[in-house]
Amino acid sequence: MENETDHDMHEPTSFWTKYVWSQDHKVIAIQYSVIAILVGIVALILSGLMRLQLGFPGSFDFIDPSAYYQFVTMHGMIMVIYLLTAIFLGGFGNYLIPLMVGARDMVFPFVNMLSVWFYLLAVIVLMASFFVPGGPTGAGWTLYPPQAILPGTPGNDWGIILMLVSLAIFIVAATMGGLNYVTTVLQARTRGMTLMRMPLTVWGIFMATILALLAFPALFVSAVMMLFDKILGTSFFMPAILSMGQQLDHEGGSPILFQHLFWFFGHPEVYIVALPAFGIVSDLISTHARKNIFGYRMMVWAIVGIGVLSFVVWAHHMYISGMNPMFGYFFATTTLIIAVPTAIKVYNWVLTIWHGNIKLNVPMLFALGFVSTFTIGGLTGLFLGNVVVDLPLSDTYFVVAHFHMVMGVSPILVVFGGIYHWYPKMFGRMLNDTMGKFHFWGTFLGTYAIYFPMHYLGVLGVPRRYFAYENYDFIPESAKDLNAMISVMAIFVALVQLVFIYNLIWSLFKGKKAGDNPWKATSLEWQTEHTPPTHGNWGKELPVCHRWAYDYSVPGYEQDFLPQTFTGQPEGQKA
Amino acid sequence: MEAKVILRTEANNKKGAGMGIAIALIVIVIGSIIFHFLSPWMMTPLASNWGSIDDTMLITLIITGIVFIAINFFIAFAVIKYRHDKNRKSKYEPENKKLEVWLTVITSIGIVAMLAPGLVVYSDVVTVPEEADVVEVVGQQWSWSFRFPGADGELGKSGVEHISIDNPFGVDPLDPLGQDDVLISGNRLVLPIDRPVKVLMRSKDVLHNFYVPQFRVKMDMVPGTVSYIWFTPTITGEFEILCAEFCGVGHFNMRGYVEVMSQQDFDSWLAQQPTFSQALAKNSSEALSVTAQSGKDLSQISGCLGCHNFTDSSIGPTWKNLYGKMQTLADGSQVLVDDAYLKESVLNPTAKIVKGFAPIMPVMQLNDLEMDSIIAYIKEKGGVEGEAAAPEISGEQLALNKGCYACHSIDGSKMLGPSWKGLFNSEKSLASGQVITVDEEYLKESIFQPNAKIVAGYPPVMPPPVINEQEAQAIIDFIKTL
Repeated sequence: MENETDHDMHEPTSFWTKYVWSQDHKVIAIQYSVIAILVGIVALILSGLMRLQLGFPGSFDFIDPSAYYQFVTMHGMIMVIYLLTAIFLGGFGNYLIPLMVGARDMVFPFVNMLSVWFYLLAVIVLMASFFVPGGPTGAGWTLYPPQAILPGTPGNDWGIILMLVSLAIFIVAATMGGLNYVTTVLQARTRGMTLMRMPLTVWGIFMATILALLAFPALFVSAVMMLFDKILGTSFFMPAILSMGQQLDHEGGSPILFQHLFWFFGHPEVYIVALPAFGIVSDLISTHARKNIFGYRMMVWAIVGIGVLSFVVWAHHMYISGMNPMFGYFFATTTLIIAVPTAIKVYNWVLTIWHGNIKLNVPMLFALGFVSTFTIGGLTGLFLGNVVVDLPLSDTYFVVAHFHMVMGVSPILVVFGGIYHWYPKMFGRMLNDTMGKFHFWGTFLGTYAIYFPMHYLGVLGVPRRYFAYENYDFIPESAKDLNAMISVMAIFVALVQLVFIYNLIWSLFKGKKAGDNPWKATSLEWQTEHTPPTHGNWGKELPVCHRWAYDYSVPGYEQDFLPQTFTGQPEGQKA
Repeated sequence: MEAKVILRTEANNKKGAGMGIAIALIVIVIGSIIFHFLSPWMMTPLASNWGSIDDTMLITLIITGIVFIAINFFIAFAVIKYRHDKNRKSKYEPENKKLEVWLTVITSIGIVAMLAPGLVVYSDVVTVPEEADVVEVVGQQWSWSFRFPGADGELGKSGVEHISIDNPFGVDPLDPLGQDDVLISGNRLVLPIDRPVKVLMRSKDVLHNFYVPQFRVKMDMVPGTVSYIWFTPTITGEFEILCAEFCGVGHFNMRGYVEVMSQQDFDSWLAQQPTFSQALAKNSSEALSVTAQSGKDLSQISGCLGCHNFTDSSIGPTWKNLYGKMQTLADGSQVLVDDAYLKESVLNPTAKIVKGFAPIMPVMQLNDLEMDSIIAYIKEKGGVEGEAAAPEISGEQLALNKGCYACHSIDGSKMLGPSWKGLFNSEKSLASGQVITVDEEYLKESIFQPNAKIVAGYPPVMPPPVINEQEAQAIIDFIKTL
């Protein structure tokens, strides 16, 4: 949409404006990603500590119940919000949106810069809670009141306050970023880049951002309301209750109200993480299978449909919350309906590789791994979404296994696949292939070994959020052996990630030179003049888009891919 | 899909290269099936009427299992068949309407096949049979208690505002329906076999969840509201109750038991349990009994205290030392202030006017319980300025009400906190390395500042309980006896 032919790029010159207070979307993306990966490592260590207790109860004196619940809580919250949400929107969104739609930058670069600094502030506040009296909150990542703010729960003083404040700051950051992504997609696409020519990555991130902008306010208000309950003594979520035998001053509030607000955010949050993953994986599969994505229009409508439906399924997290049980009919129905567009996406991925010419590069391995783990995670969701089947399974390890498979392992496989795929564009060097393959196999097989058997603990009825399972008659000894095996695998998978981190740093200096388009991909980001792209992305002239992003192996052409900038009009081209 | 001829030249690239993922997926599927059939971790044996829930789960397992196998095998097959060959090109096929419609239809059928039976069974779950018995489960950090409705079949009203040491269930002492309620303070619920039971649930403090794996249904217990489930126990025996909603550091240790027995055994067990009014008569650990306390509240609300009080300058006849004394009436006669006189004076105030007072008191409409509560208040408060000295508190009862037993056993078993059995006068080494003898002073300190001196091997997680000196002493005295 830029018209000036002699555009001044305002390229920053000093170290500080170039790498620290940068307004360049590519630098901001890297800043977002680095912070997210660092905080993700903290969460990974916490999960290892938690698994030590579950696998080998009593062997580690420093893990007492308080510490255990703090590990669980911080692990969950960091992974969902501060790693996955941040890296998909702030990391991939920032890097890819302008490049994929052919823009020079985000439309509000200054706000974009503020976004990453607010994100950093949110992370610092969250990390500070490890060092305050009482430690971080141990209320579980869902932070359900009343217990979240009462004695008996670890970190009920400073910990919970810092958690709520940090979330509020994060939401400010996400909103500033999100407004940017949406506006850039709607307003700054280059000539010829119609909405129905956009790569699915952009569609996924775009829709996820809209969800974030609509869902995060619900979390924001519930955080503020809970802060008021905690600090000012209001009673939004607090009915008349006792705490440690003493009557409190609260009266008339509703703990279930918090759950509605939390899950009105919390369910779309699943798709805030999943939709970018859907988009990215579509592009990885198409590129590495050298084949057009199957059913592009259906894929776009599935993304939009899932996004809309995701706002009317939230109470499937609350079937046994004590809400009016009649809601169960409605939410079970909407929840199972959402399985249809989701299933279509899976079909289209596997139909994309059918009749393909599949190159099993590392990004492709992660993408195929994703389809497998997402399938099992999605299918177990049909157990939990169907209200009556949820009754025995709710709050057991089945739930833990389900959501780790569907929104832990699956999205993180896509994050890895995406990094292996775009790292060459970001830094001009390929990530090491051998280390990449080791990383894939360790992660993929390891997580399967962790979570597949874990479903069966849930079927048995083992409840989640238990520090120990001693002397429960219905839990056989063998379940403890299984827990030990799961813990060993979890620690193995955590160690495998070290290889990935090492690869990221090693390849920065020693990686094979990538060139501009190592995967022979069609979308605009691979057509830049320079790799990594310079400030302003496109040199003097903006690219012009002539086709969709999936012209692989078009009949009648020698080369097996036609970049979106390619001007010839091949037959079979739609849109 | 019309089949186009695709040039297939045999593995131009390294033989077998890239087969890894295909083999892995096939192994995963076969391994998963084997795991499923060999797994010793299956559902606990059903002990309620909810076999239909297990059936819906089986339907879901079969349908999703087929899709799981199909998708993974399809990927594996596609990877083997279409792995890279530089002499071959992919087939260009952006869309295939027919195939997409078919897949959508088949998926929808699968979804309906799971959802429809699910909703039918769910309607059974939320529809409680008319003839169901009622039992209430009360949760608190980190113990259970239970209440049966008694002979009248109805539970009395309850509320947090009524909860006190003598009335741990918070039953409204003025509700006639609650008087015969049967209270079970331990963590053991007994139910008769083959009788549908509606379980009403409430919580005194935070969220809990009543969960018995063998019964299949579970439900959160939410402070401020009452939730329910229903089921019919079908097998006699003992089953564990677990809390399935995170409720603080003691969550994993909030244990209870359901014992299912024959109707006769149940009836004789129930008959031995105290009713609410019996419990009130037995427990009085505070200055005013629960009944007198509600009489105090009632006389405040009803305006009695506007004219009557416990001083000598009362507008109406003073309540100070009123009960049991001889009162001189306007006609000069004398009357003994007893229950009958007080009752008459409330229900018909002008019948016997005390000398020197005007007949201006309005008629009060009180039921028997309310009447008794006010009389109890007048009687118990008597002539003492301020509060009367509290009678003996039972440390055992107190420990139960305060939830101490969630973490401290009285039989020597190791739980979250040190056992109380033989604790007094024993030697303990602290986390700091110091060795101390457990005396009264140490116990007192450990109650008021639980984390000051932690016994080695125990986590510093005890929340400071809300407790007064006298109550602490009662608990210490109780610990001494163990």
